[in-house]
Amino acid sequence: MIGNLDLATLQEIWWILIATLGALFLFLNFVQGGQTLLFDVAKTEDEKTLIVNSLGRKWELTFTTLVVFGGAIFAAFPKLYSTSFGGAYWVWTIILFSFIIQAVSYEYRKKPNNFLGQKTYETFLLINGTVGVLLIGTAVGTFFTGANFNLNEYGFVTWTHPLRGLEAAFNYFNISLGLFLVFNARVLGAQYLLNNLDFNSAPELEDRLRQSTLINFMIELVFLVIVLVSLLFRSGYGVTGNGQVELIAYKFAANLIANPLNLIFLLTGLGLVIWSVYITKIRKSTHGIWYGGSGTILVGLVVFFLVGFNGSCIYPSLTHPQSSLTIYNASSTHYTLTVMTYVALLIPFVLAYVSYVWRAMDLKKLSLDDLKEKAY
Amino acid sequence: MVEAINMGLVNWSRALFALTAMYHWIFVPLTLGLSWIIAFYESIYYRTGDESWARLTRFWMKLFGINFAIGVATGIILEFEFGTNWSNYSWMVGDIFGAPLAIEGIAAFFLESTFFAVMFFGWNRVSKKFHLVSSYMVAIGSNLSALWILVANAWMQHPLGMVFNPDTARFEMQDIMAVILSPISVSKFTHTTSSSFVMASLFVISVSSWYLIKQRHQLLAKRSIVVAATFGILASILVGITGDEAAYEDAQHQPMKLAAFEGHFDGADPSGLVAVGIVNTKKRPGDDLHSFHLELKIPRMLSLLAQRSMSYVAGINDLVYGNPDEGIVGAEQKISLGKIAVQSLADYKAAQKSGDKSAAEIALKTFREHESYFGYGLLEKPEDAVPPVGIMFYSFHIMVILAGLFVIVFALFLYFIHKGSVDQVKWLLIIGVPMFFLGILAQEMGWVVAEVGRQPWAIQDMLPVSIARTNLDSGTVATTFFMFVALFTALLIAEVKIMITQIKKGPEEVK
Repeated sequence: MIGNLDLATLQEIWWILIATLGALFLFLNFVQGGQTLLFDVAKTEDEKTLIVNSLGRKWELTFTTLVVFGGAIFAAFPKLYSTSFGGAYWVWTIILFSFIIQAVSYEYRKKPNNFLGQKTYETFLLINGTVGVLLIGTAVGTFFTGANFNLNEYGFVTWTHPLRGLEAAFNYFNISLGLFLVFNARVLGAQYLLNNLDFNSAPELEDRLRQSTLINFMIELVFLVIVLVSLLFRSGYGVTGNGQVELIAYKFAANLIANPLNLIFLLTGLGLVIWSVYITKIRKSTHGIWYGGSGTILVGLVVFFLVGFNGSCIYPSLTHPQSSLTIYNASSTHYTLTVMTYVALLIPFVLAYVSYVWRAMDLKKLSLDDLKEKAY
Repeated sequence: MVEAINMGLVNWSRALFALTAMYHWIFVPLTLGLSWIIAFYESIYYRTGDESWARLTRFWMKLFGINFAIGVATGIILEFEFGTNWSNYSWMVGDIFGAPLAIEGIAAFFLESTFFAVMFFGWNRVSKKFHLVSSYMVAIGSNLSALWILVANAWMQHPLGMVFNPDTARFEMQDIMAVILSPISVSKFTHTTSSSFVMASLFVISVSSWYLIKQRHQLLAKRSIVVAATFGILASILVGITGDEAAYEDAQHQPMKLAAFEGHFDGADPSGLVAVGIVNTKKRPGDDLHSFHLELKIPRMLSLLAQRSMSYVAGINDLVYGNPDEGIVGAEQKISLGKIAVQSLADYKAAQKSGDKSAAEIALKTFREHESYFGYGLLEKPEDAVPPVGIMFYSFHIMVILAGLFVIVFALFLYFIHKGSVDQVKWLLIIGVPMFFLGILAQEMGWVVAEVGRQPWAIQDMLPVSIARTNLDSGTVATTFFMFVALFTALLIAEVKIMITQIKKGPEEVK
């Protein structure tokens, strides 16, 4: 059946898969958000140990999702991969750095004789949770705001801005999106910890995490409003009837209405995030992460759908609009997309065993007693 | 397509990738091999219920974890660098090369990372059986990920299963099974994993030898050696068989690589093999200098190994300048044919743009006739097709000699273990300690042979590195290079210090 799908359908399927991976990654950023809570919510060494060990059982899932997200773009939309990574060089390189230093920090932080000291590894975790997430936000922001590149007739990228991608971090929309993600990650981080930890040995931590959920949500809200309002009023690049790429007024507002799913996902997603904060703070629930997480996934999907569909550009070029990428001109061939779609049939199995293991490992809440056994 | 080639940029880009890949490869073989060894130890524990085997499992697992983290951290860099520093490559071959990378993520990385958490933190949270299964899942996951990345690498060495699309100027996949089952990918995967098993065995031997010298944890050390030496000697046999196969495949598909690592300038029928020698680094293709200052040659051996018969083995000079008698087309001729391909592709593009259909048709026909030499058309001169012979010769020979040494060491350990006197044989234990570092050396040399031997190509005969790189200024790449050097150095020091501290602490401290 997959073999009979036409190219455009496969391209759309793969953009939905990329969107799903991206949205899952934003949910799994609770790890990154949780890392930043080490610095303001955790007050004692025991509390820090609890937080690090709780996140330390999940960080690799986030990391792997990022790697797979990159690999999937490479395979399905190689032109987006080569143009964005090769073009916005410094943004990706710094994001990369922030993930390298994260990967070693859990394992090395408390080990005796670890050369850089516990503080340094904790700072690495902070950098990953702030700079890393912020720059990922700005990189995603350029899907909306555009980037400074030309493609030659062989599809090779030339970047026209000396900052090689870092200029994206000076655009208010991109920054707002980035900061929205940083604070959303902090909300999710607190909610995850509330769900995962046994607070008998750290009762005050629970109160602080609930408080932190609310405060970070309030800050998140500010950036969310900026992003949403800007989105509704801003122009966006799109392909017009004559096949040319042009700046179209109210492009994203139009996209939002064009497919009612976008609007439903967005409103439901935001509603779920608000609900998650309400039950976490007011009802003292520990299930906030599931609502906040699902809400984040829905909002994340909309972010990718808005640039992928309805004749929009996934990566608009500011300097040469006709170089702009769409899901239709940046993809792999019919054959590769078909093969990859068969491979994608594995994804439900992967999700199944990840959820199974998650459940099996988290049946019992993590307490300080557990950490005497085996800890980071 | 060919603008002015900036060799400074190309070389910095290569240096950056080489740095990352070689650093990554200090840690990965240990992960690939040790994951199995740990699963074996745990199996024994599961069967016998003997707590001391559990302690032994946990001890090696702890060292595994320290090593694993840095392997994961450096793995992501390689994926990103294909985009950041080799973006033309990513675009031209993303159809084919991206697929195994994505499959690696979906089919292998999640397995590895999900069950890693169980393996490390699940001792009291899941059943003994579930835990054992998880340990095997980590081993299977990490080795599966090696499979997919090596499929991708093998395709760079011997591209097949694809066609060049002149409209997009890209290589497009036509047959994924051909890519996966390519003879090179099979020999690469088996050679790499078996040599990683050797490396992990050497690690266990090194640490255990040190304990026996210090007369600490003797039971653990001896038990560890039994499993490691057995595993190591079996893996070494596989390394030999697959290594022979890899060299044979090189002779068939990358004869220049073979000629370079054998220092074989002039073809002969039959050809001898230089077992050891000192390379004359002044020697260039086409000149009259001797290729070696000093050499010990085994007559006919190269023909036997490379062709599996007493037949002609092409030398570097044959491959550069051609040898009509042996039916070898040289790089010189390929370049002139390739220039026609490059020009006709440009003509085709121009004609398409101006809407001249008949001109486009003629240009396309010319292109198709010369297509297989397209990559050579992007080289400047025939001598550019030769990788550096000195580096290749020494890397290959160091690797082979070390592999031989490892077999002897494993055999000696097995012998003395069976005699029950291994802890008395001081000289052997002293030899045992540095074995791990020699293992790393052999591993790195192997990758130098594979990757430097492919130069000047990113994809053998199809795409030179000078085109494959991202259009950056060389200062940017050099800056990134030094940033990585600083980071890698700091992390390596941390890793080594932590590792040594944990080894010194030994298993008793591990609960």
